[in-house]
Amino acid sequence: MLATLLADVGYQSGWLDVLGASFMRNAFLAGTLVAVAAGPIGYFVVVRRDAFASHALAHIGFPGATAAVLVGVPITLGMAVFCTLGGIAIGLLGRRSVDRETATGSILAVATAFGVLFASLASESASGVTSVLFGNLLAVTTSQLVTYAVMTAVVLGVLSVVARPLLFASVDPQVAESRGVAVRGLGLVFLLLLALVTTMAVQVVGTLLLFALVITPAATALAVTARPLAAALISAAVALVCVWVGMVLAVMFNLPPSFPIVTLAFLGWLATTLVARHRTRGVLVS
Amino acid sequence: MAAVAPAVSLRGVTARRGDRTIWAEGSFDIATGAVVGIIGPNGSGKSTLLELLLGLVEPAAGTIEVLGRTPHRGDGRIGYVPQDDDARAMEAVRCRELVAFGLDGGSWGWRRRSADERAAVDAALDAVGATAYADRRLTQVSGGQRQRVAIAQAVVGDPELLLLDEPLAGLDVRNQHEVATLLGRVSADRSMTTLVVTHDINPLLGVLTGAVYLLDGHPHYAPIGDVVDEHLLSHLYGTSIKVVRTAQGDLFTRSG
Repeated sequence: MLATLLADVGYQSGWLDVLGASFMRNAFLAGTLVAVAAGPIGYFVVVRRDAFASHALAHIGFPGATAAVLVGVPITLGMAVFCTLGGIAIGLLGRRSVDRETATGSILAVATAFGVLFASLASESASGVTSVLFGNLLAVTTSQLVTYAVMTAVVLGVLSVVARPLLFASVDPQVAESRGVAVRGLGLVFLLLLALVTTMAVQVVGTLLLFALVITPAATALAVTARPLAAALISAAVALVCVWVGMVLAVMFNLPPSFPIVTLAFLGWLATTLVARHRTRGVLVS
Repeated sequence: MAAVAPAVSLRGVTARRGDRTIWAEGSFDIATGAVVGIIGPNGSGKSTLLELLLGLVEPAAGTIEVLGRTPHRGDGRIGYVPQDDDARAMEAVRCRELVAFGLDGGSWGWRRRSADERAAVDAALDAVGATAYADRRLTQVSGGQRQRVAIAQAVVGDPELLLLDEPLAGLDVRNQHEVATLLGRVSADRSMTTLVVTHDINPLLGVLTGAVYLLDGHPHYAPIGDVVDEHLLSHLYGTSIKVVRTAQGDLFTRSG
């Protein structure tokens, strides 16, 4: 029993052939699109301290996905609709930062409740629920790829236009507001972009592990540099490397891809954070 | 009348938040180039006055003119330093970046800053003595240094009017003195009209030319010599305040 288990997760001699399969090509392309969008968005999530909203959006997508399974529409569509509505609700109900935490938490709770209900109604497709919770990169279809490409283009396009005022509004909201920057409007735009990225990223790492693509690479980048453009690019690069290397490791050792992807992201973050801490201490002392 | 138009002019202004009147019947002029303290106890509406001048809050009654116009958001002729709060995402940006936002923080797109813009940022950092730590993150500098950076951000666009909300709060005595001196110098160098909200007038006595004091629900303006008055200050703060002039000519107030 133990021997079969080990053989299952152990080294796969035919891994190179598996990498060449068409479903692997889709997986690599999807992972690339998601990483490229999640990196820069993650930079803003970390700068704005919106980790909780990001976490909540992932969970708000869960009932969307299970509802989609229930009524027989693509999971991506269900996720996108729920995440977008969730982003709007969080943005409108949590106008003041004090209200934001409670509004986000309450919306998150009720969304998860509906997710449980829909999942129990659609009980015959339990594997669908599992793939929403933990991701299923290997099941990405070509039509999904097209959707992802459009979503990534929208996210990066909008972000490149709003980046400067969004950063100003995130770092220095009072002065930004006095300068005529639409601080609240930009916050809402950001949540909508985050909703799109969440919809995509859930396919790769799942609702429960979303932070590995959105928060962890960005936190890693910010430990390395405080230059905004460099941080956004490094964040995307880190996410990309984690997805690619993670997928190769998953095929080599027959692991669920989420596991090596998330573990790599975590180790990278841990290493840079420890180095940055060490360096900062030096600055303060000198 | 050949006199220069006042930088700030209020006529019969009432400030209200919700259905609570903060203060009423504010009528005063602040001359161009003046350095004016806005004083009064906590909750008397000092910050509200700044928000009215910035156009962030509408007056419930009366008219306001700032640099000859009705206040409106996004007036590039005004520099603003809000109260320092740690809620800002300071880990993420360097001091230099925050100052540069004073020039282009509101503009769309992400283009590289021009040589002129970078020179203006350097000059503003130099004017407040922040050059040495310009490339540190905001979390890696002290409260006094952060305040200097915020002032550099406010003046980088060469404003005509500078508004500061409690710039000396939370600073030690030496930093209070240095930032106050810096404010006086920056205002004089750039011939800016400067309004400083402060709950403690002492560190600023050397640089203020006048004060708006919020007394009994009304704002009043007076030259600084008239404000530093034991009866007025005692009435204002609701506690006995003495004005002391030392042999060297230094002026300060103390309670008791």
